[in-house]
Amino acid sequence: MNEGTERGLGRPLAGEGAPPVPSGTLLLLPTWGLFARELLRFVRQPGRVLGSLGTPLLFWLLLGSGFGKTFQPPGLAHGMDYLTYFFPGTVLLVVLFTAIFASISVIQDRTEGFLQGVLVAPVPRLAIVLGKVLGGATLGFGQGLIMLLLAPLAGLTPTLPGFLGACGALFLVSLSLSALGFLFAWRMDSVQSFHAVMNLLLMPMWLLSGAFFSAAGASWWIRAVMDANPLSYGLTALRGALHPAAERAALGVGDPWVAAGVVAAFSVAMLLGAAWVAARPERG
Amino acid sequence: MSMPRSASAAPPVAPAGVAPRPAPLREGRPPGVQVEGLTLRYGDRIALGAVSFEVGAGELFALLGPNGSGKSTLLRILSTLLRPSAGRALVDGVDVTAHPAAARHRLGVVFQAPSVDGRLSVAENLRFQGYLYGLSGRALTARIDALLERFALGERRRDRAGTLSGGLRRRVELAKALLHRPRVLLLDEPSTGLDLPSRQAFWQTLDELRAENALTVIVATHLMDEGERCGRVALLDRGQLVALDTPGALKQGLGDTVLTLEAPDPPRLLALLAERMGLQGVVQDGVVRVRGPVDPALAARLLQELPADISALRLGRPTLGDVFLVRTGHAMAADSSGDRTAESTPGETP
Repeated sequence: MNEGTERGLGRPLAGEGAPPVPSGTLLLLPTWGLFARELLRFVRQPGRVLGSLGTPLLFWLLLGSGFGKTFQPPGLAHGMDYLTYFFPGTVLLVVLFTAIFASISVIQDRTEGFLQGVLVAPVPRLAIVLGKVLGGATLGFGQGLIMLLLAPLAGLTPTLPGFLGACGALFLVSLSLSALGFLFAWRMDSVQSFHAVMNLLLMPMWLLSGAFFSAAGASWWIRAVMDANPLSYGLTALRGALHPAAERAALGVGDPWVAAGVVAAFSVAMLLGAAWVAARPERG
Repeated sequence: MSMPRSASAAPPVAPAGVAPRPAPLREGRPPGVQVEGLTLRYGDRIALGAVSFEVGAGELFALLGPNGSGKSTLLRILSTLLRPSAGRALVDGVDVTAHPAAARHRLGVVFQAPSVDGRLSVAENLRFQGYLYGLSGRALTARIDALLERFALGERRRDRAGTLSGGLRRRVELAKALLHRPRVLLLDEPSTGLDLPSRQAFWQTLDELRAENALTVIVATHLMDEGERCGRVALLDRGQLVALDTPGALKQGLGDTVLTLEAPDPPRLLALLAERMGLQGVVQDGVVRVRGPVDPALAARLLQELPADISALRLGRPTLGDVFLVRTGHAMAADSSGDRTAESTPGETP
């Protein structure tokens, strides 16, 4: 009864007149397209701008002012306001929030069907990774930069090299968090499950980065976790660029260049990880 | 059993205003799609069991079957999203597993789930789609303009895609899929979420496109009337190809009429039909459908012979749904588990 089986066997399967195969996959143009789309989508969603910038700003004002001088983490320079201490961590939080929203967009692309359209295009998976991750990193950097411009309000007045160094640190942190988010979000098909990742991994990473309290007064195992936390190095690099030398010494901030190197290595590792998960075949 | 395409019987019913045309044959071109022994297994479950067929260049071809019949799986393999466990599939002569990138250049896909980005304008959606296929600059702009004009979307080009009606958004999907001039267009349940006028318009557009461009179109659908519109139909059930021919030829074996009987006790009627009249049928959705060619005169006889057991009787033209029923023993509308279908075989009468 299977007519279809008979049909098609008579002819050679590779047609003689098969046209020349077009030039395989393309990398740059699709990457640019996916990158530009990220930025365009971002500015079309004012809620995202508000959420990733407003929430950390509010945290900083409320927590910073609330703790005021009653909460003095050990190692805090005498006379340094907690608002000043907390500021670099707040900048990191802005970047983290932006990276989280960018990762959620990876899941939305999948659930809304956009991703399927990209997967059937002659686009290497690497272009998807680069477009999304660089898009997320640029947004995180941009938002962090806006926050950074508020540094004088927190009593931080970096030199020009310090400011440029802070920008560099900010971009590296954005890149690593954006790639980390992609790594987790790629396989997920619901935003809800990403919240678990956020609460169990990303927020603790931030809390244990030294943004909130310094490692000096913490128990030994927390110190060990903080030492292993890549975001701690991001914060060290940022503090190194923002705080004047006296405050750096008082806070016991490590070498910012070494810290920046650690974050750069972490970014590369996360990018490779993201490229690896994306290159694996899709499940049915 | 298979008949050559050129000798195929009744052409598909074309919508009003569009003359039915034979599929344009392109000299020296490979078939639009070739599928040979295509199989997909998930562990013990066979989603697709050694399916083979060929679709000519420029043909309008339907994969018709209920949910779980394997039609979407087949479409996902053709669109390079899934790798088959065995067998191979060629799109315009290119093996989709061996050369996915080359196959993707030749394919346009419209998925059931919309791929249009609602936050971008219609033109932006097309522009980003062009980048994915290596199109840019003036060539891309000209192509976008042409497609927007072709699909009467010019006035909406700056509108966010999210603000368009379902029918218009489907047109943007179609424009997106055609932007890079694919040779083969794959459509998965194209009517999902469309009202009747939008569906009609969508199909009319498809017919015109095919006539203009000799585009091979494969439609996966569970809707009988969409199958009827196609040049040839592959009936799929539980991962198997159960029949393949033109809608006319598929229905030919069923005669001119199909008999459906309503009854107070359908299984009892089914047994009586087999016992007294030698007729076979199935109970489907609470009614008895009699198998095989039916002589209209038989209807009157049935009412006389079984007055208490038949409450209503209907004679109708066979549909592809009837073909499916006859070939598989269960109904298209029911899910493929076939729980609601009771079949009568002569030996089983109580």
